[in-house]
Amino acid sequence: MNSVLLEVEDLRTTFYTDDAEVKAVDGVSFVLRKGKTLGIVGESGSGKSITALSILKLLANNGKIVGGKVQFKGEDLLTYSDKKMRDIRGNAISMIFQEPMTSLNPVFTVGQQISESIMKHQNLSKKEALVKSVELLKLVGIPSPDKRVKQYPYELSGGMRQRVMIAMALACNPEILIADEPTTALDVTIQAQILRLIRDLQKRLGMSVIMITHDLGVVAETCDSVAVMYAGQVVEYSDVVTLFQQPKHPYTIGLMNSLPRHDVELEKLESIQGNVPNPKEMPLGCRFAPRCPAATDLCRREMPELMKDTEGNDIRCWIYSEKWEGEAEVIVYGEKRIAESRRTETILSD
Amino acid sequence: MTKFIVRRLLQTIPVLLGVSILVFSMMYLIPGNPAQMIAGEGASPQTIAQIEEKLGLNKPAPVQYLSYMKNVVQGDLGNSIRSGRPVADEIKARFWTTVELSFYATILAVFLGLIAGIISAVRHYTWSDVSIMLVALFGLSMPNFWFGLMLIQWFAIGPEWMPEFMKMRASGWGDDWRQLLLPVITLGTGGAAIIARMTRSSMLEVIGQDYIRTARAKGMGERVVIYRHALKNALIPVITVVGLEFGGFLGGAVLTETIFAINGMGRLTIDAIRTRDFPIVQGTVLIISFLFVFVNLLVDISYRLLNKRIDLN
Amino acid sequence: MVQHTPVVGIGQKRSSPRVEAYKTFWRRLRKNKAAVVGGVLILLFVLTGIFGPFFTTGDPNATQISNKLAPPSGEHWFGTDNYGRDIFTRIIHGMGITMKVGFLSVALGGTVGVILGIFSGYYGGPLDTFIMRAMDILLAFPGILLALAIVSVLGGSLQNVIIAVGVFSVPAFARIVRGSTLTVRKLEYIDAVKALGASDARIIFKHILPNVLSPIIVQLTLRIATAVLTASGLAFLGLGAKPPTPEWGAMLNEGRAYMQQAPHLVLFPGIMIVLVVLAFNIFGDGLRDALDPKMNK
Repeated sequence: MNSVLLEVEDLRTTFYTDDAEVKAVDGVSFVLRKGKTLGIVGESGSGKSITALSILKLLANNGKIVGGKVQFKGEDLLTYSDKKMRDIRGNAISMIFQEPMTSLNPVFTVGQQISESIMKHQNLSKKEALVKSVELLKLVGIPSPDKRVKQYPYELSGGMRQRVMIAMALACNPEILIADEPTTALDVTIQAQILRLIRDLQKRLGMSVIMITHDLGVVAETCDSVAVMYAGQVVEYSDVVTLFQQPKHPYTIGLMNSLPRHDVELEKLESIQGNVPNPKEMPLGCRFAPRCPAATDLCRREMPELMKDTEGNDIRCWIYSEKWEGEAEVIVYGEKRIAESRRTETILSD
Repeated sequence: MTKFIVRRLLQTIPVLLGVSILVFSMMYLIPGNPAQMIAGEGASPQTIAQIEEKLGLNKPAPVQYLSYMKNVVQGDLGNSIRSGRPVADEIKARFWTTVELSFYATILAVFLGLIAGIISAVRHYTWSDVSIMLVALFGLSMPNFWFGLMLIQWFAIGPEWMPEFMKMRASGWGDDWRQLLLPVITLGTGGAAIIARMTRSSMLEVIGQDYIRTARAKGMGERVVIYRHALKNALIPVITVVGLEFGGFLGGAVLTETIFAINGMGRLTIDAIRTRDFPIVQGTVLIISFLFVFVNLLVDISYRLLNKRIDLN
Repeated sequence: MVQHTPVVGIGQKRSSPRVEAYKTFWRRLRKNKAAVVGGVLILLFVLTGIFGPFFTTGDPNATQISNKLAPPSGEHWFGTDNYGRDIFTRIIHGMGITMKVGFLSVALGGTVGVILGIFSGYYGGPLDTFIMRAMDILLAFPGILLALAIVSVLGGSLQNVIIAVGVFSVPAFARIVRGSTLTVRKLEYIDAVKALGASDARIIFKHILPNVLSPIIVQLTLRIATAVLTASGLAFLGLGAKPPTPEWGAMLNEGRAYMQQAPHLVLFPGIMIVLVVLAFNIFGDGLRDALDPKMNK
């Protein structure tokens, strides 16, 4: 089960405003395997939602994909025409959004909105599509679906609406579901239900999921691998176990440390100082350098590439490169990390 | 919903009362004695006293208002000073002319305005958007009576190739529907400009909504997204202006009817003002305002019916 | 209301929010080319209204029957009318009248409307209901009808047109200001200020008024456009300034009879009305865009 379904390579998306270019996504790469869940984590403004919208080419008018590849089953979606893209959307790849309250069209019934997608992609009649809509509502755990199918969005609660969104997304048995902060706008109890629903459906239907979230708890619960994003770039990309046991990028370490944990003393809990850089005035070197406790001149001067570390995970940090000039042992947010290059040296000299 | 309709109906009562009080008091705000005016310049004090007695002008104002309203409810708006005929009859003869004119102008305004607004929104920031909005801005800034004069100048005495009916200078409300053309264009253009601007901004707002992105994410084509998902939502606020437009046209008909010599309520009003025939002025102002209040009531209720789905969340 | 915190980059200094807002407004207004054109035109019109008459040669009412209905020429730029009066001179003199009607009537309607709106929104309760019902009554007279009825009662004159158009603009101001006042009044800091013992007058002048200023300014500008249109309509109907006043609407009314022989009699005054109204409309649009917090990104 290791087949690659979607491969994003060096994706770059830029927004053009009146007076500036904003590089919202600036070199994002990751791989999604069949039946697996990839998490994309980062603060708001890190470019994770834009990455998702770029995959489906759903950007606003002033946004443009300026580079990279989005390989879906060996074909680059970025070369697809609008028409071909529409056959992918809602069919092979579908997406659910953060705001269930505003993501459904208020003037159409739930049934109309689900059927629309079925009719378009599966060539079913209106009647057949409606029958299937009821089945889908049942699948996502909505009680009395034959009644709900005739209701308008305003008659449903937020959790219900997100279930409707999921039903809509699943209407054509997609191979990939992109979930953009699907639980952020919901109550805590509902959040757990929705996450469980997505996980169950994934197992049942064998689809892959891209889970976009700012919540590491959600990542731990649902993902197989994780891309951590900061200021439009992937800064660390590894499997979920490694990420939680041995986070490497100072930003990831900071994120982990801001999570309350049972095994850590409360006073060690530290959050990252400072703010996300203004996208119009990105730092010259590493984008995290202004906030990084371990930053050196090199960090402020030159931007690190996304590099493979010794375990085969991707990391964008000078500490783990041969150019590193700082101490061999780096303390980041109270955690000790060994600079990669120095370690190789020590191994050699042994 | 019934509760809303009842509440809305109740709300119109004080408005109608206020309007009628204002219209009633017009008679007392004008300089001079109304009885004197009815009797004419050289009337003797006895005649004036008789008229005052007959019309109850010597009674206190509230009593007069009540009897005025009693008459209004029974369809009696008093008599014209000039012709001596009942005001109600004078208005009845012209009522439909003005309503018809306003109605067609509304249709034109909605039709033109919607098309222009949608095109503008869909192609926003392109040259077609810019030029449509520029034209709309001119439409908004033009006195419609001047526009009407220009149309007359252009068409009626315009180039040879102009079809004959375009040159038809409406002399009164003729049998030929084509005589409607210029007056309706004159009256409706300003409204079309307002509706175009409104439709555009409403569409642009809707196009930025999350549910439009959802529709795109489902793989819907641009056509479906715009004309099915966006337009249906965008039209709701536009409906509210349609009632206002219709009312505005009823009022604006005063000018249009004057330049096209159409014998409607507007022209009746102006002639009455010029000849100081106040019972007629009172009558037309009252009827037009009541009609306007009624149309807005209908619009509000239909807006509410359409908007129920959005309002409650 | 969504509060937007300005993104402050490295090395940028933070100034007070009000100064910041003003700067943003000014930058956006200047970037809006249409608004700049509108603003410059308005300035030009106002200056013409004040100083124009000193620069035109001759009397706007000087007749020259031998040269009546003359088409535009080097001598008479806009031609002459049925009495041989120079239309250009009359239009320049009419500019002052137009500006006077526009500004005075809106100043009148604006003042009354803003006061009513603030009272309505700030005190609420029966007073609010009463004022708003009264506004509903005024709004029940569609379009030009209210102004027409008022002028018909008061009698036709420039002064009465100003009053009529002023009354006509009251409801628009009252409604908008009431809405904004309600929004501001609900803000928590108003409660805090109240708890500190500030008087109603102080709260209204120090806290409410500055916050509802932007919609008022936008409305003032747009209403002047409407006022000029309405007033010219009244004058066209013969209910405004009496001849031989060079009021543009009245000029249109007079020139109408000669339209076939001499279309310039109705062409130029009409174009002037369009230009003035257009200038206020585009400037008002520009102001609104520049002040709109929704666009504040």
